[in-house]
Amino acid sequence: MRRTMRGAIASAAVLVVLAGCSTDDVDEPTDATASETTSEDTGDAEEPADDTEWFVQADYDEQDAQRSATFEGDEAEPWLQYIDGEMTDTSEFKADGAKKVCFANASVSNPWRQTGFITMTQQLEALKDAGAISDMEVRDAQDDDNTQLADIDYFISEGNCDAFIISPNSTAAMTPGVERACDTGKPVVVFDRGVETDCATTFIHPIGGYAWGIDTANFLSENLEEGDKVIALRILPGVDVLETRWAAAEKIFEENAIDAEDFFTGADPTEIKKIITDALNQGEVKGVWMDAGDGAVAAIEAFEDAGVDYPVMTGEDEMSFLRKWEDTGLTGLAPVYSNFQWRTPLLAVQKIFAGEEVPKEWVLPQTPITEDERAEFLEANDGMPDGHYAKFGGEDLPGFPEAWQDR
Amino acid sequence: MSTITTTETTARPELPAHQGSLGARIAAGMATPGGAVFVLVAVLLVSIMISNPNFTDPGALIRFAGRTAPIAIAAMGQYYVIVSGEFDLSMGAVIATQVVLAGNFIGQDQGRILPGIVLMLVVGALIGVVNGLITTLLKVPSFIVTLGTMLALTGLVRYITGGAATGNPVDDFRQIGRGGIQDVPVVDIVPYPLIILVALAAASVWLMRRPFGRTLIAIGDNPAATNYSGAPLWSYKTRAFVLSSLSATVAGILLVGYAGVHPSVGAGYEFTAITAVVLGGVLLGGGRGWVLSAAAGAFALELLFTLLTSLGVPSTWRDTVQGLIIIAAVAVSARAWQVGRRPRRTPSPTDLSAGTPTQPATGTTTGDS
Repeated sequence: MRRTMRGAIASAAVLVVLAGCSTDDVDEPTDATASETTSEDTGDAEEPADDTEWFVQADYDEQDAQRSATFEGDEAEPWLQYIDGEMTDTSEFKADGAKKVCFANASVSNPWRQTGFITMTQQLEALKDAGAISDMEVRDAQDDDNTQLADIDYFISEGNCDAFIISPNSTAAMTPGVERACDTGKPVVVFDRGVETDCATTFIHPIGGYAWGIDTANFLSENLEEGDKVIALRILPGVDVLETRWAAAEKIFEENAIDAEDFFTGADPTEIKKIITDALNQGEVKGVWMDAGDGAVAAIEAFEDAGVDYPVMTGEDEMSFLRKWEDTGLTGLAPVYSNFQWRTPLLAVQKIFAGEEVPKEWVLPQTPITEDERAEFLEANDGMPDGHYAKFGGEDLPGFPEAWQDR
Repeated sequence: MSTITTTETTARPELPAHQGSLGARIAAGMATPGGAVFVLVAVLLVSIMISNPNFTDPGALIRFAGRTAPIAIAAMGQYYVIVSGEFDLSMGAVIATQVVLAGNFIGQDQGRILPGIVLMLVVGALIGVVNGLITTLLKVPSFIVTLGTMLALTGLVRYITGGAATGNPVDDFRQIGRGGIQDVPVVDIVPYPLIILVALAAASVWLMRRPFGRTLIAIGDNPAATNYSGAPLWSYKTRAFVLSSLSATVAGILLVGYAGVHPSVGAGYEFTAITAVVLGGVLLGGGRGWVLSAAAGAFALELLFTLLTSLGVPSTWRDTVQGLIIIAAVAVSARAWQVGRRPRRTPSPTDLSAGTPTQPATGTTTGDS
């Protein structure tokens, strides 16, 4: 008898240990494992106008202004547009011949990154044909900081690289890696998520998370009444471009007395659907805000299944959301975190070796898709899979459209 | 000692669980860990209804039941493995594999729905056979085997999808997990997942009353004795693993309908299922517990999470709650089953009164469903 019990407790202990392992390391190394809400942690503790880890008033104001800024360059090629500012002199890098580029990628674990990586690969083809780049060696860190640091160190010591492109996995952890790459004296191009150093030759990114938050929260506030309930679906904590989206949106919701509650979903549609269904059981939900469109369809389906009116909603320029948006006719907005930025790093490398100056901070345009423009983008991307992004900007690249269709 | 044993065998009283009125027998059943979970479900349900009056609506209730069906089905699958003395940690990964398989194989092709379901069931059965045979024939502890299967499948899913969502399968296929019989009076809709759950629960009760079920419990209780009785352990345990993987497959079919394709669908299901099973009073290590209690455990767990949400407890606490439940439920049920057992080892005079109706011998009822 005793033995049975001890055995059972021992098994339970093993189980609990395994449970710990699994949720942290094995099962889902990157995404938040379950839905979590942090409104208690961040929202209430935060004084308005005070800077916190993810809210810097100056950056907010800057991005707010950049939303209506004029961009240099041809509007037909938004991936080469930039806001006028400090430029990096690259005459020291001027060199002839095709160069080898080494790309340390954070991951391709979401449709946005997958779409972007295809665009980048096709851009590489074009630049190979042009004789600017000989080869691109890619290492995928699979959402792991340590792996990416090791990848960067490998490139530095054994990669035989002429230039580095780094898409950091996380802001603070990748800073030393980028600094080490800079120390080699070779060009370093950082894009998408930022790092805490300005040693890179150029840092390429769309306007940013605050602009996303401002666009979306303003849209919801305009279309909703004071006191209306909004469910905010967030993928995961700790990534600057996602945290700032929510930080800006939360501020605007507070100012407009919109009752917004945020949840972490890990982009898991089951979680999203549960969260919405539970919220609908609690009371009326008037709006849905998302920090990324992945899973938008599950959120809309939760409203359909509960048999209630569609919410006012902001998703993303992902095809699944654009199509569902059109089918349902809900009031919505598709904010854009410009996917065409994946073209820019390689083009920047080409410019750098040609000795052309590049912006120190290369801010790309970031314009949401409104209901009026939706049909145009749906038509332009007809036949693309659901995980494709409307503003991918690769229509003139070799392999279009097959490369994006067969993934 | 020996005298007492002899007395017991010769003068063994009628099984207390089969005595008395129906009410008394139900009351005796409710006092066991496997029965108490039904009381727990009722208590939680009432608490939720009090904290959130919207939940009293029959429509909301039946939707809740429909959405809990995949977890309950997974818990019943896990039950077969646990009651035979093993673990299946691969369930979540099997669900993710099936979800991705459905998205890729069926896609938007109406004609592939049936072949797709057959393919998924075959893949599910194969995973179960592999788990079972490695555990039984190669004598590798099952939580290592299934942990390995889990990692292998997770890696495969990541390789195929790159970790991102792919397109959903055709809507008709998704109706299995999303739709229901419409325009039913009172409840408005009867979700298909709930119907599937009820059918599987009925089949499980029947199966556990068959020689297969009884032998499975005997194996969990005392593998050596069951082996001497001539039952091939490897065959029974392998079938338990197959049932578990098939349950995960059915859960996967329902979840892809409910939510859509994403590699993280099913994440953590193995632990939710194990928690549900121990919450249902099934003894870890095997040999004791009812299959329906496992399903009830799943409902209790989901009700508890819903209650916490409606009370405004951040769902960040979910994993903590689940961890505490595993520990508490195992500790309590190990003790409680012990209390119900016919005392054999304590040579005290009270032994002679063992088995009288005043002392419900709940342990004897374990094999009943």
